[in-house]
Amino acid sequence: MSADKEIKFSDDAYALVQKIIKRYPEGKQKSALIPVLHIAQAEFSGWLSAPVMDYVASLLSIASIEVYEVASFYTMFNLKPVGKCVIEVCRTGPCWLMGAEDLVKYLEKKLNIKDGETTADGMFTLKTAECLASCGTAPMMQIGETYHESLTLNKVDQILDDCRATVTEPISHWSKKEI
Amino acid sequence: MGRKLLTENINVPGIQSLSVYRHQGGYETLKKAVGMTSEAIVEEVKKSGLRGRGGAGFPTGLKWSFLAKPEGVPRHLVCNADESEPGTFKDRYMMERIPHLLIEGMIIGSFALGANSSYIYIRGEMMYVLHILQRAIDEAYEAGFLGKNILGSGFDFDLYVHCGAGAYICGEETALIESLEGKRGNPRIKPPFPAIKGLWERPTVVNNVESIMAVVPIIKMGGDEYAKIGIGKSTGTKLISACGHINKPGVYEIEMGIPVEEFIYSDEYCGGIRNGKELKAVVAGGSSVPVLPKSLILNLANGEPRLMSYESLSEGGFATGTMLGSGGFIVMDEDTSIVKNLWTFTRFYHHESCGQCSPCREGTGWMEKLLHKILDGHGALSDVDLLWEIQSKIEGKTICPLGDAAAWPVASAIRHFRHEFEEYVTNPQNIKKDHHYYRVNNISPEFA
Repeated sequence: MSADKEIKFSDDAYALVQKIIKRYPEGKQKSALIPVLHIAQAEFSGWLSAPVMDYVASLLSIASIEVYEVASFYTMFNLKPVGKCVIEVCRTGPCWLMGAEDLVKYLEKKLNIKDGETTADGMFTLKTAECLASCGTAPMMQIGETYHESLTLNKVDQILDDCRATVTEPISHWSKKEI
Repeated sequence: MGRKLLTENINVPGIQSLSVYRHQGGYETLKKAVGMTSEAIVEEVKKSGLRGRGGAGFPTGLKWSFLAKPEGVPRHLVCNADESEPGTFKDRYMMERIPHLLIEGMIIGSFALGANSSYIYIRGEMMYVLHILQRAIDEAYEAGFLGKNILGSGFDFDLYVHCGAGAYICGEETALIESLEGKRGNPRIKPPFPAIKGLWERPTVVNNVESIMAVVPIIKMGGDEYAKIGIGKSTGTKLISACGHINKPGVYEIEMGIPVEEFIYSDEYCGGIRNGKELKAVVAGGSSVPVLPKSLILNLANGEPRLMSYESLSEGGFATGTMLGSGGFIVMDEDTSIVKNLWTFTRFYHHESCGQCSPCREGTGWMEKLLHKILDGHGALSDVDLLWEIQSKIEGKTICPLGDAAAWPVASAIRHFRHEFEEYVTNPQNIKKDHHYYRVNNISPEFA
């Protein structure tokens, strides 16, 4: 996102925001905040800058601080730039029992980054995540809205190759369908 | 083969769609329900003995009967689909495969509670499941099961899905309500309970996905019939999500009361321990409940078989028992390091503490650091005592149960596996680099 580009949702996203607000009683539009932040993150390169959060605040007629305090509480919101593919590897007990630590080490070595970092080419960000409710198909990782389960290192190689071959725009948890 | 009330049709091709769901008898129970009075529905749920399936086990019918009904104030049913208790993946499995069962339950529940608009709060990571639910909701609107004057009953009802954004604490009902109001997920001090002042200060019932789904077979068969299934006060069926070192991880619907041993070793369920290993320990109800060694999970302290029920799993209190919790059944084989597994849990609770109460905010981080020190070979015996001390000062001293949930795994690991902690601190030279954790398939020596 260039600094001088106007911060504004696409028409589709804007229409969806209006639709979402209507799901809550009049005057309770703040309830739409989390869904709208997901949309904002998808609209603006996968992360929430202060100007983007201010824009969301104005859309919902709430104070900016109300947006900042929420965005900083929930782990799915990125408050600094991320790669096109954010790889979230579950690291909690049940996944650890099935080798999640190997998976993280493997990804760190393969991508030459540490947990929380982004590759120099801006393609991948590696994040460890807490339990993603996929314990029966551990180990697992999530990219965008896709759960990659019962992983082996061969599968991981394949997934990374597919990302490199197909992903040109940042992929977000919200895949621009309904929310 | 136990009876299947929720998963009976789970493998029917196309059951995600309204047409196939209806072909299997779907929405017939809704037709029955709208012909009943709301009081009669609540009464059936009470008679069924259904207990909250999210983990707390509070009787659902009783919770419904507490709902305040002040004149002119809207009320809401909120479905807790924020499934994030480590070891638990039953709700995701069900919503993904048979979304209309949840929608039918939501309509019946909302009708019984007099709620004209209700919400399904789903964790943000499950965005793809949200899309599945939304498609199903759209279908239900088209078919006239949602919207104005449902099935000519005069009942108007709107159902919405709302997503979270990654916070375990939002599974706690008052934190969930805060989150649904667009705020940080900080649990509220109770009272007032949500039944009096919940979402937007309106009377609100929050129920787990599985509880709401169970309302459908309860109304279909009648509360008395449902209560005949199971054992004692553990009526009906329960979804158990089994994971860890077993041959057949997955979601199993059991009739409550089957022996734990049968659940672990029979081919109908977990199929035994993988790679021919011995069972070491089980966390039977999601990461928050006490871990038990093999001897105590298979048998009560008096030697009788332990059963899969609320009462039997908690038999013996925390000295020798545990809890059914959410039904997240985590199995560990003989090679597992209890200390390292505990550290992942404690790190989880530290990460997920909302930070409101100092015992939880500070205590979880302190325990995580101490465990890390022990795992790193720098621990002392006094650190084990300190861990015990810290957990005892978190338990019962916080606004919400996250503090207890963080304390119990530490207490139980020390209670039943103290020798393992002592081995770590007295013989650090014996600590294996990998702490015996399971290796990913085909790992090359470079990473092993």
